[in-house]
Amino acid sequence: MATRFTKSMARNIFFGGSLFFLLLFLALTFDTNQKLPKRDNSQNLTASVIHGKKLWETNNCIGCHTLLGEGAYFAPELGNVYVRRGPDFIKAWIKAQPTGAPGRRQMPQFNFTEQELEDLVQFLKYTSEINTNNWPPNIEG
Amino acid sequence: MQYQSQAVAKPYFIAAIALFVGQIIFGLIMGLQYVVGDFLFPEIPFNVARMVHTNLLIVWLLFGFMGATYYLIPEESETELFSPKLAIITFWVFLAAGVATVIGYLAVPYATLAKFTGNDLLATMGREFLEQPLPTKVGIVIVVLSFIFNVIMTMLKGRKTAISLVLVLGLVGLAVFFLFSFYNPHNLVKDKYYWWWVVHLWVEGVWELILGAILAFVLIKVTGIDREVVEKWLYVNYHDIDYRHYRYRSPLLLDRCTSLLASLGQRVLGT
Repeated sequence: MATRFTKSMARNIFFGGSLFFLLLFLALTFDTNQKLPKRDNSQNLTASVIHGKKLWETNNCIGCHTLLGEGAYFAPELGNVYVRRGPDFIKAWIKAQPTGAPGRRQMPQFNFTEQELEDLVQFLKYTSEINTNNWPPNIEG
Repeated sequence: MQYQSQAVAKPYFIAAIALFVGQIIFGLIMGLQYVVGDFLFPEIPFNVARMVHTNLLIVWLLFGFMGATYYLIPEESETELFSPKLAIITFWVFLAAGVATVIGYLAVPYATLAKFTGNDLLATMGREFLEQPLPTKVGIVIVVLSFIFNVIMTMLKGRKTAISLVLVLGLVGLAVFFLFSFYNPHNLVKDKYYWWWVVHLWVEGVWELILGAILAFVLIKVTGIDREVVEKWLYVNYHDIDYRHYRYRSPLLLDRCTSLLASLGQRVLGT
């Protein structure tokens, strides 16, 4: 086998294979983008949701929480928190942090205004309505 | 050392080791925070420790890749480095950017950092592993491009081997895929999809090419195996290193064993 399988064959497998899978990947990406509007809830991207997403990012929420299964696994999954807890609980919870309970995990106080809290809630509502095929399977992420 | 310019690799390795030590320290802090929830709160909340930990990992790995490349490319190309001076300049730029970013993470709240580093001009921050402020991201692009320029110019004036070819392909892929960190659509699904182009295609794609090429060079140097054999398997085998670690649940015992070995190998190699 070692004598039959030459370096130039290996090179052709490498470049041919890489090119083939790159093209396949791009085709699948195109297909995914075609199908996204049916399930990504993008029709509900309001100005409030967009601002909420920015607050989510600029306070590094993903550094502790997960969102739709991806993130840090230190604090609960929030892709479904709107469904699990509802808007009032979310706002009250954020406002009450940190709990200061000794030895327990602490969430910082971010000093959000009422409008910012509302935008965050709207972002979490939009996120909860994305059709993810029920991902993540575990309710707390 | 056969070529004088290979010496530029030295500060890269020193920086990589120092940053790795930093990564371990912040990893230990996070580990403790899992056990003692309020450890170092509010001075270093978990999200800050994690961000410092993962970003240090990314930066030291890049330092390692660059240092290793600067060491092996003159030997592979059988010529001195195109510009040792540029290699040293980019080293200091990258180190300064890395250190400034970590200080920024630790010194001010993340929202303040975002506000003062132009995140309102182009929002790229606050996504897992891509937390770097805009100037840092731009700095990474400039450093990586000047590094690749230096490597390709060296290669062009000397011998072109399979190892250096695969290495350069990996490095170009690294630069191209990082550009997707600047794309942050409002649509969360698209955001996560293209976020994955950086994160996953780096770790499981181009990093494997780079590591494979470096490993091939080391194998030739350490064991003295015939270059033809090593380069042949470099072409076909990196896919194996790449995906084996997903097969740990396979019903085949052989698959499980090789998956375990591949995972251990990856841990050793730092991916």
